[in-house]
Amino acid sequence: MSGPSTYVPQNGFLRWFESRLPIIGLVHSSFIAFPNPRNLNYFWTFGGILAFMLIEQIVTGLVLAMHYTPESSMAFASVEHIMRDVNYGWLLRYLHANGATMFFIAVYIHIARNLYYGSYKAPREILFILGVIIFLLMMATAFMGYVLPWGQMSFWGAKVITSLFSAIPFVGDSITTWLWGGYSVGNATLNRFFALHYLMPFMILGVVVLHIWALHIPGSNNPVGVEVKSQKDTLPFHPYFTVKDAFSLVCFMVVFAYFVFYAPNYFGHSDNYIEANPLVTPAHIVPEWYFLPYYAMLRAVPSKLGGVCALFGSILLLAFLPWLDTSRVRSSNFRPVYRAFLFLFFATVIGLGYCGSQEPVGSVVVWSEILTAWYFIHLLIVLPLLGFFETPRKMPASITEAVLGPKGASAAMVGARAAAEPSVKG
Amino acid sequence: MATATIAPGTPTRRDFLFIATGAVGAVGVGSVVWPFINQMNPDASTLALASTEVDISKLEVGQIMTVKWRGNPVFVRHRTPKEIQEAQNTPMSDLKDPQTDQSRVQKPEWLVLIGICTHLGCVPLGHDGAYDGWRCPCHGSVYDTSGRIRQGPAPTNMAVPTYSFLSDTKLKIG
Repeated sequence: MSGPSTYVPQNGFLRWFESRLPIIGLVHSSFIAFPNPRNLNYFWTFGGILAFMLIEQIVTGLVLAMHYTPESSMAFASVEHIMRDVNYGWLLRYLHANGATMFFIAVYIHIARNLYYGSYKAPREILFILGVIIFLLMMATAFMGYVLPWGQMSFWGAKVITSLFSAIPFVGDSITTWLWGGYSVGNATLNRFFALHYLMPFMILGVVVLHIWALHIPGSNNPVGVEVKSQKDTLPFHPYFTVKDAFSLVCFMVVFAYFVFYAPNYFGHSDNYIEANPLVTPAHIVPEWYFLPYYAMLRAVPSKLGGVCALFGSILLLAFLPWLDTSRVRSSNFRPVYRAFLFLFFATVIGLGYCGSQEPVGSVVVWSEILTAWYFIHLLIVLPLLGFFETPRKMPASITEAVLGPKGASAAMVGARAAAEPSVKG
Repeated sequence: MATATIAPGTPTRRDFLFIATGAVGAVGVGSVVWPFINQMNPDASTLALASTEVDISKLEVGQIMTVKWRGNPVFVRHRTPKEIQEAQNTPMSDLKDPQTDQSRVQKPEWLVLIGICTHLGCVPLGHDGAYDGWRCPCHGSVYDTSGRIRQGPAPTNMAVPTYSFLSDTKLKIG
């Protein structure tokens, strides 16, 4: 998407078309000729997997919407109708429900890779912030989608999450009433959540286009974190990365298919097969697994407004990572101290997820508080200070040197020169 | 001097027209945006369901009943003398949101509350928690026999709805 396209139209019609709408050239330069660092590992294939999952969710969601009824007295029955009566309805619904889970697995790996290899650093800050926006939109979409089956967990999840806004001083209650369209979660809420759940994937799609655009200006980061210095450091997107992405995607789909066909309710909650009842709260309400770390933070702070601030702050803070991290070395492979702290941070998030799944009693409360505190200490104190105190390891001079070693790199340069010269031996 | 010279920086007629046009435009945009925002507020049919009547003659001493009002549960609790005494004798210094029991009831034996935890909107369980009032299963808030918050993350006491006794056995909520 950057620079003039190298695409050469093959015939007169394509030349005529390209001079009027250069879209084939755009696709060619973005996804065929696009130079990617040659040392990308499999963690870099999750962007492609995420693009696939977005399309998969839009397609399955579109067909589910043809059979679903967004009305509070009929929604639960219409989901059962999809499961029992609609041709392949069970498959479409399980694809969509487990698709959300797989989407979040992929996005968490994508984010973890970003943090480990320092991909958020200059010149990729806007790319990273667009990613945080996509993540927020995904969370909103997933939350509203979970409400639609109108089971007990749907209803009470919606009640708890929308009640977060009542923590806002003075206007909180008016805002929650406005969100609900009534004095409680009800038909009006369900109907608007359905409309928004249908809209938001297309908003995500729009931001994804910006995300890819912003990616193709500086190009991908890589495991070494050294910028591309010459053509030798790169390979064209097709066939090298299309094939690598495709292989990774197939492996990912094996896992996806396992859950869809053999454990379709593994990530669900049995209480959601009970129709919503506004008068009875389930004994133990939990959000979907991908929200558990944030849910633990919400409960860890013993004040309503404080808990809500911790919840939103934990995500918004991510957008400031490019400036909170003061080190100019990208890859954790060359930052031994940061690497240890980063794994501790990953463990903190997983630990928070575990706390969020448990009842808030005894040591769970204490651990939630400790881990929530560490989450913020890591981002606000450890990250800025480490850049000043840590001595990074020696970095390779180029990507090619990182792949082939110092001798290999110079040999490759010689080879490149030889290859560039016209062959006399045939 | 016949010609009027305008010092740089002084507002001109054009500046005035520019700001006035912008202001009228902003009001116009706002007046069009408002219906799109306000349509999400409770509609007329929701507002119409404002009151409900409850027969409390079958409620024995010590029992709690739950009725639905405006989509939310309302607890009606027929309190025992012990519960009333505990609620009335609680010192204000023990309370996070200080309110006397007398200010929360019309008749001491009948406690009427909106059965919504003031933390995040779950329905608390009756006859539960350290004060034998209510305990919220979601995040562990504990309420006493007057529905006042005693422990946990909820910020305020459970709300008391507008209600009146139509007779000794009939209650009108709303």
